Amino acid sequence: MTQSQPAALPMDRRAFVQRFGLAFSFLLLMLALTLLSDRFLTAANLINILRQATINGIVSVGMTMVILTGGIDLSVGSVLALAVTVGASLMKQGQPVGVAVLAALGLGAFLGVINGLMITKVRIPPFIATLGMLTVARGLTLMYTQGQPITGLPATFRWIGTGVVAGIPVPILVTALVFLVGWLFLTRTRYGAYIYLLGDNPTAARLAGVPTERITVLVYAISGFCAALAGLILVARLDSAQPIIGQGYEFNAIAAVVVGGTSFAGGEGGLGGTLLGALLIETLNNGLNLLNVSPLWEQVVKGVVIALALLLYKAFSPPSR
Amino acid sequence: MTENIPRLRLEHVSKAFPGVQAVNDVSLEVWGGEILALVGENGAGKSTLMNLINGVVPLDSGKIYLDGQPVTMDSPRRALELGITMIHQELALIPQLTVGQNIFLGREPRRWRFWIDWKRLYAQAQAELDRLGIDVPVQARVADLSIAQRQLVEIAKALSYNARLIALDEPTSALTERETETLFRLVRALRDQGVALIYISHRLEEVFELADRIAVMRDGQLVAVGPVQAFTPAEVVRLMVGRELTEFFPKVPTQRGEPVLRAINLRAGREVQGVSLELYRGEIVGLAGLVGAGRTNLARLLFGADRLEAGEIWMDGRRVEIRSPRDAIRLGIGLVPEDRKSQGLFLGQSVRFNAGAGLLERLSRLGFIDFRRINQTIKAIIERLRVRTPSLNQRVRNLSGGNQQKVVISRWLALNPKVLILDEPTRGVDVGAKAEIHALMSELAAQGMAILMISSELPEILGVSDRILVMREGRIVAEFSREEATQDLIMQAATGQLERRVAA
Repeated sequence: MTQSQPAALPMDRRAFVQRFGLAFSFLLLMLALTLLSDRFLTAANLINILRQATINGIVSVGMTMVILTGGIDLSVGSVLALAVTVGASLMKQGQPVGVAVLAALGLGAFLGVINGLMITKVRIPPFIATLGMLTVARGLTLMYTQGQPITGLPATFRWIGTGVVAGIPVPILVTALVFLVGWLFLTRTRYGAYIYLLGDNPTAARLAGVPTERITVLVYAISGFCAALAGLILVARLDSAQPIIGQGYEFNAIAAVVVGGTSFAGGEGGLGGTLLGALLIETLNNGLNLLNVSPLWEQVVKGVVIALALLLYKAFSPPSR
Repeated sequence: MTENIPRLRLEHVSKAFPGVQAVNDVSLEVWGGEILALVGENGAGKSTLMNLINGVVPLDSGKIYLDGQPVTMDSPRRALELGITMIHQELALIPQLTVGQNIFLGREPRRWRFWIDWKRLYAQAQAELDRLGIDVPVQARVADLSIAQRQLVEIAKALSYNARLIALDEPTSALTERETETLFRLVRALRDQGVALIYISHRLEEVFELADRIAVMRDGQLVAVGPVQAFTPAEVVRLMVGRELTEFFPKVPTQRGEPVLRAINLRAGREVQGVSLELYRGEIVGLAGLVGAGRTNLARLLFGADRLEAGEIWMDGRRVEIRSPRDAIRLGIGLVPEDRKSQGLFLGQSVRFNAGAGLLERLSRLGFIDFRRINQTIKAIIERLRVRTPSLNQRVRNLSGGNQQKVVISRWLALNPKVLILDEPTRGVDVGAKAEIHALMSELAAQGMAILMISSELPEILGVSDRILVMREGRIVAEFSREEATQDLIMQAATGQLERRVAA
């Protein structure tokens, strides 16, 4: 018999904090910046923040899925670099833009598959496997480009980074689409549910018939794909694929995911939090810029914010019975 | 009673969790020099009450007095300093450290305030163990000890803090009979030294053998407390479940059908050395044996969780290859694993996905989950199993042990397998839920399922099974029909005093 319980009991505090705490701090930050700088709350600046957040936002979508399985992907920055330099050079060789874009995305996903196979078949821990990929992919990028940036890309391609549709920059539209698809995937599909089950308890997942290895390979492939997509937008905007592009991006993505409330232990969190996390970090960046804080301090402040976020979740973790 | 002030007094203590009033206005006393048994169904609030006493969770209201003085229990550390220790179902030792390191964790004897004095640490640890007559090497890593030895180490650790109140939560659930006796001797010795003991157990024989007083909880409330002589086991059961349980093991006679699964000469390591068996539709086969006889390993082999080294498995007259649990599930084999928390459940996920994990594959279209059908199916099953949960969205972490076990069973029920293997399905489950699980097994068998049940409880094996297999050292050493089996015969077979040819 399912018993209905009395309604007057305290709400799950952790759920409450996760649902509203982050949104609340975000609003608080917006309010503070509005008061501190008259340049903050303008349409141009807000669009600017959104545009700045697109690259990290897209990388964070893949990162969220990886972290939900209890893994980590340190290789996103390097995968991004190798994918876009290959894509850019294909364009320079005269290949159609569509072919080059698909090749870059495919290469990103492929490198992710390799990450996944190293983890599932060779049984290397995700941290080490993707750390290896970070070095290898960056090395390949440097060799492939011989250290030279690739510039002068076709205008049709640059539209991805600079175009505007119905008053909204294309990168923002693409990012919104990626979040929407990712969110539907995680909350509405079988594989999305498997990601949570795998992250919660890998042993139980295997015994429940969850295809654990396939899911693991899939999330790293998605992460690689997202990294490549983010990289394409960045290159299209800058009209330049530098061999050192994307360095340190893993940090920003992990930060957005963790600030967004997804747990490193796996099985808990989601893309709604990541979206807010990515926006919060970018707004913070923007605010520190407007207030003329030295870029060196930005790093410190970002680190402190992440530490605070983690502390907050720890403080509100549910009591054990 | 040797003192005139109770060691511990609880006054109108209450605690609520999201969705449940776990402890509701409980007042209780525990005296030095007595063993108080605390019994109740899973979810009755025993563990929460212990967590309150032990400072793991804060009180909502009420007062706790220790030796007549009001105390605030804000952390387990504080409780420990006051001489209150809890020995949990899940042991709290650190497996990578040695016995001595565990006993003195966080208060190692120092040399010059900085360096740990290892010699003194091990000497003191040895002294603690000797005092209690515990024979465990102090330098052994805890990971290498048996569960029973770990429990003894925990008790030694508790006493090294001069514990004056020790709560033991289901201490014997993983112990053999001999180990249980050792534990009982120790518990009685502690009582005689004036320690107050709270003993939580679902095994009523143990309670009546060991306790001086019994306290019964139901739905968060204390429903009865009194000297053990004032109760009969049947009364205690009635108080616990709030209704009369006519039979512990309701057994519906079933008709044995065609063979479903046949295993021939299975081998894997030292644990399974050539096992052959056959399971039939409509039959419950009990698999008995001592801990470590290879029963769990056999179950895992049949389910594809471990790799088979040699042997054949046939389903419905067809040779099959089972390389993974996925293969097994596809062939219609289910396994309710031994340890629900580490192997069965997704504690942070909803009841919906815990019970529906196996259904997702069937009830989704183009990869999209059909939530309406999942919800319908799961709702019907958890109602049938009487799972107590406020909603399908409730996280399984917030359910009681018995309800958690029912959720794991629901997952398999939803898939309606041909063969269901249950490994210790009622371990740590209260009598009410236990009877329900047994009744369910009979019902499933009557519907034509083949059931293989592993259990270390002989009354359960005898009560539920149509046929009984006994394993010892990786082999099936005896087979009994329901009619001919007795506790003695099974024990003789399990301990190697009896072998009977098995007709496989």
